Amino acid sequence: MEAQNPSAMQPHPEQAEVTAQLETKSKQQHLVRQDEFASERHVYEPHPIGLPPLDSYVRELWRRRQFAFELARTNLRAQHFNTVLGQLWLVLNPLLLTFIYFVLVDIVGRGSRGSTFLAHLMLCLFAFRLVSTSITEGAGSVVGGGKLILNVAFPRALLPLAAVITAFMTFLPTLGVYAVMHAIAGLPVGLHLLWAIPIVVLLLVFASGGAMLIAAVQVYFRDVRSFLPYFLRIWLYASPVLYYVHEVPHKFKPIIDANPLYPLLGELSEVVNRGQNPNPKLLAVGLAWALGAFVLGAFFFVSREREFAVRL
Amino acid sequence: MLSASRNRALAVGGEAHWSTDSAVRVDDLSVTYRTTLEKKPTLKSTLVRLGRRERIVRQIEALRGVSFAVPHGTVIGIVGVNGAGKSTLMRTIAGILPPTAGRVEVNGRVSTLLALGVGFNSALSGRENVILGGLAAGLTRDQLAEKYDEIAEFAELGDFMDMPMRTYSSGMYGRLAFSVAVNMEPDILLIDEALSVGDARFKQKSFDKMRELCAEARTILIVSHALRSIGELCSEVIWLQNGRIEMRDEPAAVIGAYTRFLGVGQSDVALEDL
Repeated sequence: MEAQNPSAMQPHPEQAEVTAQLETKSKQQHLVRQDEFASERHVYEPHPIGLPPLDSYVRELWRRRQFAFELARTNLRAQHFNTVLGQLWLVLNPLLLTFIYFVLVDIVGRGSRGSTFLAHLMLCLFAFRLVSTSITEGAGSVVGGGKLILNVAFPRALLPLAAVITAFMTFLPTLGVYAVMHAIAGLPVGLHLLWAIPIVVLLLVFASGGAMLIAAVQVYFRDVRSFLPYFLRIWLYASPVLYYVHEVPHKFKPIIDANPLYPLLGELSEVVNRGQNPNPKLLAVGLAWALGAFVLGAFFFVSREREFAVRL
Repeated sequence: MLSASRNRALAVGGEAHWSTDSAVRVDDLSVTYRTTLEKKPTLKSTLVRLGRRERIVRQIEALRGVSFAVPHGTVIGIVGVNGAGKSTLMRTIAGILPPTAGRVEVNGRVSTLLALGVGFNSALSGRENVILGGLAAGLTRDQLAEKYDEIAEFAELGDFMDMPMRTYSSGMYGRLAFSVAVNMEPDILLIDEALSVGDARFKQKSFDKMRELCAEARTILIVSHALRSIGELCSEVIWLQNGRIEMRDEPAAVIGAYTRFLGVGQSDVALEDL
């Protein structure tokens, strides 16, 4: 493995440095391998409660993160592989969707909507799709990974997390589309836009929890995936996407308040679309929803995942 | 044949770089799981059953107090009728199923061939499936790149490696799966029912490859109904019956007892790779 480097025996001055580099490299490789050997001892015992030891679970998960990224990339490639426009759909699809919704809302609002609203609708629709795509992709992730689950021992949470990465990869190009819209609408550009970053991170945390939860539920109830499109459609209508938060009539306010995505989507629009600083209270509520969803989803998934192999 | 592989195991035992003496140690292992009898569990059918107060989840005691140890560099065959717990035992050793009671200790890198498992997404090419499977098993990209050529070469799939796996024949599936499992440089190789993959030539090749792995002091556990191959490859055979070890001995003795139990006798058909 760490074979004798032949050039090491001929001390050419200009080669010395290269050789030294090679040597350190092979030493590093050697160290890595040693580490792996050390970790190649496994003891499997019954877990007192439903959860496996979390520290080693997270370590194994992190060690295989490349798998989640590779899976997300191949999924993305496979989705648009056979279409004429190929990857262009990643931009075209959300653009058409925005257009359809805008026409709909503008007709209902008797043509009162302007470009600022269009920018709001586009931004929030893309952010909502980040979550809904994570959940839809997540639903099929475990059931679709059947043979891999039957054959290899690995932290199963990688499968729904890969679905979230897929969703994020489809979200990224839409940011470029939105940037153009933002400029056309002449909306303010400044440091306040940076608030969008933590909000998107929280959306991702929330989406990960949702994806893990639905992925595990799908194993037990295979028809959940058929309900999902309707559920997600209603959720979209109950979120401040096709309207501004302040336009919501008083009697519908409790529904909006109960929507876990309302604080994050609402604040995203406030920050980016209206150029305001976020409301700390709403951000805190959004944070609580995101963490709550993540802990619930992760707990449910990880405590159930050892059963997947006999349920598939 | 038998004594030859025994001696080999003893001879290479000294080179093994392990502080612990066993590759696999199973102590009083029991595995019980609940599974559903439904083909496709749905929310709708669950609600319907709830109305009728039926239960369809069944408890299966797949293993009941199994104990054994496998020294490094030995080849162990596992035989038994369908449903005896063979596959459950393999999956528990691989860490895929959790033990309900008892303990499993594994020393070394494990490679599995339990469910012809590479082609988990038939829309992806053989190459993509190999890479995803390897990454899931915990290999790094560099290690995979190093091994990929060996895997492709051994599987002899040629251009098919870059075609979607749905275009593969079942024999090609099996060849790729076998090739991945044996080329991962496993310390411990777990093989379930996969001795007879591919055509006669590939069968011979896989047989030789396993011999080679035995010679390198790798530990192999094989589940198979192909008793003749088991007899030729293994240094010891375990016969599982109803989740318990019925017998553990030299291959000839166990295969003799097992075929007597099955009532088939040692005819060619009975021993043939089915």
